[in-house]
Amino acid sequence: MLNSLWLSHFTAASCLGHGLAPTLAALLAQKSELVPCAFATVTDLATYIGEVAGVDEAPLPASLAEYECRNNRLAYLGLRQDGFNAAVGAAAARYGRRRVGVLLGTSTSGILQTEQAYRRRDPSTGALPDDFIYRTTHNTYSVADFVRSAFNLEGPAVVVSTACSSSAKVFASAARMIAAGVIDAAIVGGVDSLCLTTLYGFNSLELLSSEPCRPYDADRSGLSIGEAAAFILLERPAASLDADAVLLLGAGESSDAHHMSSPHPEGLGARMAMESALKAAGLQPADIDYINLHGTATPSNDAAEGRAVAALFGDTVPCSSTKGATGHTLGAAGGLEAVISALALQQGFLPGGVNTRRVDPGIPVQYLTANREVAPRRVLSNSFGFGGTNCSLILGRAQ
Amino acid sequence: MKLIAYLDGIGLVGPGLDNWLAARPILAGTIPYESRPLTVAAPPSLPPAERRRTGLAIKVALAVAQEACAAGQLDARQLAAVFSSSGADNDNCDAICKTLASNDRSISPTRFHNSVHNAPAGYWGIASGAMTPATVLCAHDGSFGAGLLEALTQVAVEGWGTLLVTYDMPYPEPLHAKRPLPAAFGIALALMPERSAQSLARIELSLDDAAPDALAEPGLEALRRAIPCARGLPLLQTLARGEGGKVVLDYLAPLSLAVEIEACR
Repeated sequence: MLNSLWLSHFTAASCLGHGLAPTLAALLAQKSELVPCAFATVTDLATYIGEVAGVDEAPLPASLAEYECRNNRLAYLGLRQDGFNAAVGAAAARYGRRRVGVLLGTSTSGILQTEQAYRRRDPSTGALPDDFIYRTTHNTYSVADFVRSAFNLEGPAVVVSTACSSSAKVFASAARMIAAGVIDAAIVGGVDSLCLTTLYGFNSLELLSSEPCRPYDADRSGLSIGEAAAFILLERPAASLDADAVLLLGAGESSDAHHMSSPHPEGLGARMAMESALKAAGLQPADIDYINLHGTATPSNDAAEGRAVAALFGDTVPCSSTKGATGHTLGAAGGLEAVISALALQQGFLPGGVNTRRVDPGIPVQYLTANREVAPRRVLSNSFGFGGTNCSLILGRAQ
Repeated sequence: MKLIAYLDGIGLVGPGLDNWLAARPILAGTIPYESRPLTVAAPPSLPPAERRRTGLAIKVALAVAQEACAAGQLDARQLAAVFSSSGADNDNCDAICKTLASNDRSISPTRFHNSVHNAPAGYWGIASGAMTPATVLCAHDGSFGAGLLEALTQVAVEGWGTLLVTYDMPYPEPLHAKRPLPAAFGIALALMPERSAQSLARIELSLDDAAPDALAEPGLEALRRAIPCARGLPLLQTLARGEGGKVVLDYLAPLSLAVEIEACR
């Protein structure tokens, strides 16, 4: 069992807004910000998306210009919220620049930059344009390199890219690095941005809903793609913590070993990840007060996850998916939903799932469709990805 | 906490390096290195439908993963896995970008699910039946080091046996001009928390800032410099010679990784 770690600072940008205050306000008001897709040149897909406002209008500073792409712009926007910048600076000063790790999840990285560069290939040679830089935009590591460079850090850094569990798994890796004494603190979370590959890719799998996604609804018809940046500074708990300080109590990982793009039908891998997180935290299912579900609103995901949750928790633990509000932010989903879970713990409410009109009677879990004014002490958050990579996190209040 | 593991099995594929057993005398310097195109087959343990869908990166990753498990007489279902690569299925990436730049943007479901960075890990799970944790990393040219560090923290902190699988493949043009990777390459290491009869060496990892070791043989050194996962070759060379000692591997500037090696037999 790992020692608990403290989420000393955190922030998120999604279609709900820039930073914690608008995110919380939208959750409390049960707002969904999914809109009909008109992203870039994508006008032929009848689907809804969760787009972060103002990304195009927020260029990177000149010193970081080689990292210019939508994914890193979104990262930079996120880093400047809620005092996160200053918190990292203070951590680097306190621990040393080599003792602060950067472990981020992404599935898209800056692939949009490459998609656009392919449209500008030289008509005679087929060459990509001179202004296209692979390492700092396209490469899957780009966002962690960007954040490490932006803060002048010199410690370990990595991107975890396991599709939609990426930014949950970074918590587990960072916790191991801190436990091993390799680092003292870590910037974790994830950044994923809208691009043609995911929009047309999920369309090819017939997994995009033509309406705002309705997780766990009997009539759910697929997901709505979103984008987000979520950052959390993870460190050992301070000697004295405020009562509402949020701790990482445990993480659990597993693999489905079943299929590249379909979950294990019985949710076996999902169940193993949740069991493993409970074991790591030294907790029983009855100790969990709320589950933030993966809940993508595809027929197969919700059925499989629901079976796994019901098998472990019965219908006694309130649960919901916040993807009806934010869309499925893919490689950023684990980080974004950890931040939402932390807000629920600090503010004392259980977020109800939005857009869900009739909860699927075939999924025997206690699915919330309205906010509940109950203060949770421990929350479990699920993130499952293509290729059958599963991760569950357990967060809890210090008191 | 010391980052210590026992190395029980090695897998290797590269141009002129068919597998670990064939490559050992070449790396040790007793047989000259000759580059030739790499050949690797899709693993027979994959169901036929999945086997048809595997590109070069997946074939390389699964080949070295299986070699390392077999050499260590290890059951893959008992091992966690760390996959690390600078890219993934780079042919697939090019095909998707070309389609998305055309007037018909319909990409196939197989193209899309093979586009995720963790596709090789997903196929490994299907082939091996391992439901254990699998993570998939990228640190550009530091991807071998990042994978080794993650694997060693898993062994040391969690007490898991962990299979490290690192692999790269070239991009076709036009991306090749922007990211020139000359050949496919793969290295797998089965890293265990306890010494066994199969253990080849005990390794201890630490962060360092010494310059990474180079290889004396020019052809191998060219591979080490050009292919991210081949930056693990100095470790394999020391193991091939059956020697102990310290090697320094490339990681993320200004950091490198120092590996102390004690041969077990």
